[in-house]
Amino acid sequence: MDLRGLFKRPANELEKGGRTPAEATAADTFEVKRECPSCGAKIAESDLPDMYYVCTCGHHFRMNARQRIDFICDEGSFTEMFSDLETKDIINFPGYEKKLREARLSSGEDEAVICGTASVLGHKCAVFVMESLFMMGSMGTVVGERITRLFEYATEQGLPVVGFTVSGGARMQEGILSLMQMAKTSGAVKLHSDAGNFYLTVLTDPTTGGVTASFAMLGDIIMAEPGATVGFAGARVIEQTIRKKLPQGFQTAEFLLEHGFIDIITPRSEQKRVISTLLAMHEKGSGGDIS
Amino acid sequence: MSGGTPYDKVMLARAKGRATAAEYINRIFTDFIELHGDRHFADDKAVVGGVAYLAGMPVTVISMEKGKDTKSKVYRNFGAPNPEGYNKALRLMRQAEKFSRPVVCFVDTAGAFCGLGAEERGQGRAIAQNLAEMITLKTPIISIFIGEGGSGGALALACSDEVWMMENAIYSVISPEGCASILWKDSKKVKAAAQSLRLTAQDMQKLQVAEKVIPEKGSFDACCRTMAQDLRAAFDARRDIPKDELIKTRYERFRKYGAQIVPEDF
Repeated sequence: MDLRGLFKRPANELEKGGRTPAEATAADTFEVKRECPSCGAKIAESDLPDMYYVCTCGHHFRMNARQRIDFICDEGSFTEMFSDLETKDIINFPGYEKKLREARLSSGEDEAVICGTASVLGHKCAVFVMESLFMMGSMGTVVGERITRLFEYATEQGLPVVGFTVSGGARMQEGILSLMQMAKTSGAVKLHSDAGNFYLTVLTDPTTGGVTASFAMLGDIIMAEPGATVGFAGARVIEQTIRKKLPQGFQTAEFLLEHGFIDIITPRSEQKRVISTLLAMHEKGSGGDIS
Repeated sequence: MSGGTPYDKVMLARAKGRATAAEYINRIFTDFIELHGDRHFADDKAVVGGVAYLAGMPVTVISMEKGKDTKSKVYRNFGAPNPEGYNKALRLMRQAEKFSRPVVCFVDTAGAFCGLGAEERGQGRAIAQNLAEMITLKTPIISIFIGEGGSGGALALACSDEVWMMENAIYSVISPEGCASILWKDSKKVKAAAQSLRLTAQDMQKLQVAEKVIPEKGSFDACCRTMAQDLRAAFDARRDIPKDELIKTRYERFRKYGAQIVPEDF
């Protein structure tokens, strides 16, 4: 399936076909460009969606959660669930309410994960996609609750789960209750697994801390995006602890693959195909389950 | 020794000379036999496990050991486990399940070790695995926090049926130092962070994260004798509970940590 053009939308007034102002002689006058941190190429923001947010050099830029859902799920197949859960400042943490308001504004989402059901090239699954623009995808009670409910629903319905992770870890503004989400989600994943259901995680940049140490690393199959940072402790904290410089490429997807902790690194352009194939192979009654 | 600010509690939880896991194990159990190794890579000295009798009942004991003097602290890596420590703990828990022995865990760590090797050997994965496996372990588990309960590194021995905390123990998603520096970029705000994080044993009871707070008064020996009796009683009470119900109850214990727990006085 050709995904090019799916995200094509006018990036500015000029692209909408408005009149070209006489003084706009150079094409890059109005165009916002993003510099690739890997090769230094300057890419027009409006071209990025068509490129799946991947530079020609292979660098994967971050994508927001809705873009990812559009990109992975069959058109119109995604039905969002558990969006009514509201985040509360349970332990009355200084500045948390303000942070939440800012996060809602900057991300356009009400929390750091979006859950629902969808199909991927016709294969039905439960899906969660974390949102880095919402407090760096940190996991508080609502993130934990949505993911837990999704796994419980998937267990009930016998559905596989495909989850895209991106997170700085547990959300410290919710204190110990955010830590409890690690246990809660891991329990829900385990029950889903014990019932014979398939769980695929896709680790995206960055996946760290309490999310790495819970549902991110519990997939039957663990996929990662090229170059994604994946780890438990932050690199800076490790350097301070061991008082040594860390080697090049430490805590990248490639590093994890080398050390045996992930199954496969899949570039974005291949993800939909590979995910759908894996879903097909794990479909119940697909002939693979010899009994 | 109760009262004081949350930061006072942090200092008490980390205090030099505070009893470490070995001292509890010696007093609460008899015939403790230490069992070493994770059967994959190494024997993590920060995690001490084995079998023992609890008032005549065979149990599996798993602890985080900080060490007492400089030499033993270094040997124990200051109680900061590497992945092999969590893997050893899981091996011993599965062994306990096989032989229907209850499990007692002693938690005392600033956190899972932050190191190059720890990442190379999958610290995140080791913790994740413990969380998932503990919740469905078919034998009762009680975790006792005796000092510091540092984040995921502590939780990896605390997905239990009950959590008990010593009066001056703490349990937190992040150290107050880490919170102050990450959130407020100001290492001087440690005391405010300790206050805001709600990390004391008393807070844990209010938030239903701990079932019991054990007073730190009278003699340590007497306290340990009472703990032995209470542990035995808690396991006896679970003796006839069917395994699937045990797991269901444990899952429900963690399931409740949604947005609905709102203590009135916070």
